[in-house]
Amino acid sequence: MNEDEIKKNIFQLLKNIAPDTEPSVLKPDENIRETLGIDSFDALQFIIALNEKLGIEIPEKDYGKTTTLRDLLFYIMNKMK
Amino acid sequence: MIEFVMPSLGADMEDGTLIEWKKKTGESVKRGDIIAEVETQKGLIEIEVFDEGIIEKLLIQEGTKVPVGTVMALIKPIEVSLETKKEKPIELHPIEEKITEGIMQETDREIHIKASPLAKKLAEEHHIALSHVKGNGPHGAITREDVERFIAQQETIKKGAAGNVSVAIEKTETPTDAIRTAIAAAMSKSNREIPHYYLEKRIDLTKALAWLQEENDQRKVQSRLLPVVLFIKAIAKSLQDFPDLNATWDNGLKPKKEINIGFVVALHNGGIMVPAIHQADLKTVDEIMQTLNDIIPRARAMKLRSSELSDGTITLSSMGDGGADTVFGIIYPPQVAIIGFGSISEQPFAENGMLGIRSMVNATLAGDHRATDGLTGSQFLNLLARNLQKPESL
Repeated sequence: MNEDEIKKNIFQLLKNIAPDTEPSVLKPDENIRETLGIDSFDALQFIIALNEKLGIEIPEKDYGKTTTLRDLLFYIMNKMK
Repeated sequence: MIEFVMPSLGADMEDGTLIEWKKKTGESVKRGDIIAEVETQKGLIEIEVFDEGIIEKLLIQEGTKVPVGTVMALIKPIEVSLETKKEKPIELHPIEEKITEGIMQETDREIHIKASPLAKKLAEEHHIALSHVKGNGPHGAITREDVERFIAQQETIKKGAAGNVSVAIEKTETPTDAIRTAIAAAMSKSNREIPHYYLEKRIDLTKALAWLQEENDQRKVQSRLLPVVLFIKAIAKSLQDFPDLNATWDNGLKPKKEINIGFVVALHNGGIMVPAIHQADLKTVDEIMQTLNDIIPRARAMKLRSSELSDGTITLSSMGDGGADTVFGIIYPPQVAIIGFGSISEQPFAENGMLGIRSMVNATLAGDHRATDGLTGSQFLNLLARNLQKPESL
């Protein structure tokens, strides 16, 4: 899966979690949760969805490495290698 | 005969529109069954029954808006129906009863109904069967006021039915507007009637979060726990020692047996819903997490059950991470307390002459000063803080 495909998946999953937002307008360094108004419960649902869709398991201690789109993409690409 | 009435799903609710009966005349119901769907300001709510029996009569037509407390259906208790069976076969064929007029005619069983002479006279004048009127007098006796209220309710229903098309749900406001109106009504009532006092306690969460991380590391991502689960469980456990905070105020303090924590869920388009987590003190942390997984999406979709909206005995407003440091809540009447948890953050912390960095949270309590005093609230927050130091025993 290339970067664009991963990005597409991220947007789709975020859209499922927060249907009233437009994840594709996220800038690379914006805080995903703050920008889209995602709370702790929704954030966990997103992590579960990522796990189910991409097979990526993000441990709690790594949450801080996935706050922006750029970081999250980098994290997922590394895990998928 | 058991009367099934339009339930009150909060201090702010005055009426609801019956959208659909989920049971038919002649069908049996048991506690917890969904009998109807009612449109309220808080969405389309599934209404549960709390009795067991056979639906004798559906009194209200679908599409009708009725005030809270209006008798909507009559349920024949199981034991009564068995007795009746011996005497004569009961009609079990579902009959599509055409409502309201029927109410006025039935006069049986009135001999056993306690009612004041004035109430009886008034009921007779208006051709009302006393069996349809809910008694609020001593030992459930029907008073003149009860009959007058019943007459007023029937008039409202008739007016609604006469308007035919206009009885359909009023779609004049969007769901977001409706929720705003409901919140405005409840919070204005609270601010008007409840003398609040506010307390705050800084709680060290270092141990609780370390325990949580260790737990979550061993779990699949699907069964991870959120810190709020520990808050809910610790609150419920602490409330066992403070029954006066787990109560309602209705011309005096009425402590509640069950600890049902109303959990504030923020909606994506603005507004909040506060479904209750029933008997949170008896649930494990995993069960509380499962309950959250169930009710949060349903609250956001505005598809809750009546018991979830009406059974809360205290409220928790938790900001989650990244939110404000402290939340001072407004009590949801008729409850007498609301607990707030701000966002968790690392803070300098002094203990035994040493300075360190700890994960801290500000917990607050807004209490109804008619019901309790600051001392009670303060002792409660202290116990809550102590319980959060022992996450493994929650």
